[in-house]
Amino acid sequence: MSMPAMKTEVSAVAIPQAAAAAPVVTMTPKRAPRAETYAKMAKETAARAVPPLIVVALLLVVWELICRRAGSSLPPPSKVFKDTRELILDPFFDNGGIDKGLFWHLSASLQRVAYGYSLAAIAGIALGTLVGQSVWAMRGLDPLFQVLRTIPPLAWLPLSLAAFRDGQPSAIFVIFITSVWPIIINTAVGIRNIPQDYRNVAAVVQLNPLEFFTKIMIPAAAPYIFTGLRIGIGLSWLAIVAAEMLIGGVGIGFFIWDAWNSSHISEIILALFYVGIIGFVLDRLIAGLGKVVTRGTAAN
Amino acid sequence: MQAYLKLDHIDKTFTRGSATTEVLKDINLTIEKGEYVSIIGHSGCGKSTLLNIVAGLTGATNGGVLLENREVNAPGPDRAVVFQNHSLLPWLTVYENVKLGVDKVFARTKSRAERDAWVIHNLSLVQMAHAKDKRPSEISGGMKQRVGIARALAMEPKVLLLDEPFGALDALTRAHLQDSVMALHQKLGNTILMITHDVDEAVLLSDRIVMMTNGPSARIGEVLEVPLARPRKRLELATNPGYLKCRQRVLEFLYERHSFVEAA
Repeated sequence: MSMPAMKTEVSAVAIPQAAAAAPVVTMTPKRAPRAETYAKMAKETAARAVPPLIVVALLLVVWELICRRAGSSLPPPSKVFKDTRELILDPFFDNGGIDKGLFWHLSASLQRVAYGYSLAAIAGIALGTLVGQSVWAMRGLDPLFQVLRTIPPLAWLPLSLAAFRDGQPSAIFVIFITSVWPIIINTAVGIRNIPQDYRNVAAVVQLNPLEFFTKIMIPAAAPYIFTGLRIGIGLSWLAIVAAEMLIGGVGIGFFIWDAWNSSHISEIILALFYVGIIGFVLDRLIAGLGKVVTRGTAAN
Repeated sequence: MQAYLKLDHIDKTFTRGSATTEVLKDINLTIEKGEYVSIIGHSGCGKSTLLNIVAGLTGATNGGVLLENREVNAPGPDRAVVFQNHSLLPWLTVYENVKLGVDKVFARTKSRAERDAWVIHNLSLVQMAHAKDKRPSEISGGMKQRVGIARALAMEPKVLLLDEPFGALDALTRAHLQDSVMALHQKLGNTILMITHDVDEAVLLSDRIVMMTNGPSARIGEVLEVPLARPRKRLELATNPGYLKCRQRVLEFLYERHSFVEAA
């Protein structure tokens, strides 16, 4: 926590030295700005990292104070850490069945999300393009989408279990059906908002429909598409934990449910921490990808 | 006189619900090869609609467009358009924007290396080769329009259509770009149809100026020949009696006989 602050002081000291050497050779002053840049960067990093760290520390203290009393229903952070030490330190053990390290649970969940979400991204962008491009497709499909998208993810689970007769494809289907709607709707809006100018350019150059799709539609609608993809990944991660609680097997959702059944409250808390961190990373991953892909479009 | 581009009895009516508006009525115009023709009129007179009809982006209600005696009613690279607001694709570099058209038009006739050289050649024509790897958001408005011109030129169009190409630029940049277009016309001998609302621009650049009456049901009111020798120099023309006379004629048409009704 105090590391960045210390760095700032060190580089702040370095500046006057470089500046003092400057008058002799005209080229040397270039060094001073670089040291200044580092100092500035360290300062900015510290300014962004320190406040959340302080808040987290305060929360931990409060939590510890509240839960350390005897008879408290939830364990304090110190006990959580003590109880789950082994799970934290060895996430890779595998004793067969569902008695595995957290890494295996998380990777099983991530795999399901990867399948379901990839399908949703492909189908969502395709359907969104159709609905955005064709007035009749919109009139026909949009009301249907508006109704279907309000159905809670878990409400689909019994139906998909009945259809697939297996947990794995059912979970993937639930991920798919949860994350596909925002992708469809945002893609459609993006396609509908493509400026007429771009369509005119494509017409004059005589792009064929496939070239128009890849060279004009997708890049022009990319900012909207990525908004949809980002909402979609968040929803998938929300849905998977709930779905896995019901389908069982290896997966972070069932790990939580299993811990509850064996009254390992500390393990639940650790699992929640991991779920949160991974959800955050997934969100940032899609946001970062979107930033790279749309750097041209958004600038205009 | 062989008509290269012929606008034949064009009518255009827009229908929205039960309301119909006649925008253009009985437009007849023939343009020779290598000629620079401007269409001038008040805003809302349908001159942009007329250009879109020639480009094939809008269909005519009656009549049609003949290019080398063949009817054209769909957009194509033989009638490349320089759009008013440049319309460069922001996610492509300057080079890629020009390349998009070149790759389509010369897919079979030019090799990859030839197409690359052709893109660079056209960017050099508008003095933009130095910025080939920049994106549209990184260059100025005048530069964007230069790239727009390069993109159109690179398709080797039979007719170059300019839709108020300098309208969005400041006066100095505009003058500079007008000179560039004049030089290109001199050098390449393109047939050019330009929409404008700037009297000086029309007189400076054109061989003929087509003056449109006010809409609805806009017609061609008058066609003025500009008998000034080329190459034309902006500064010398400022005091040239022929130039001033042409300018006077257009101004009279626009502000006396067909003054803009809504402006009052």
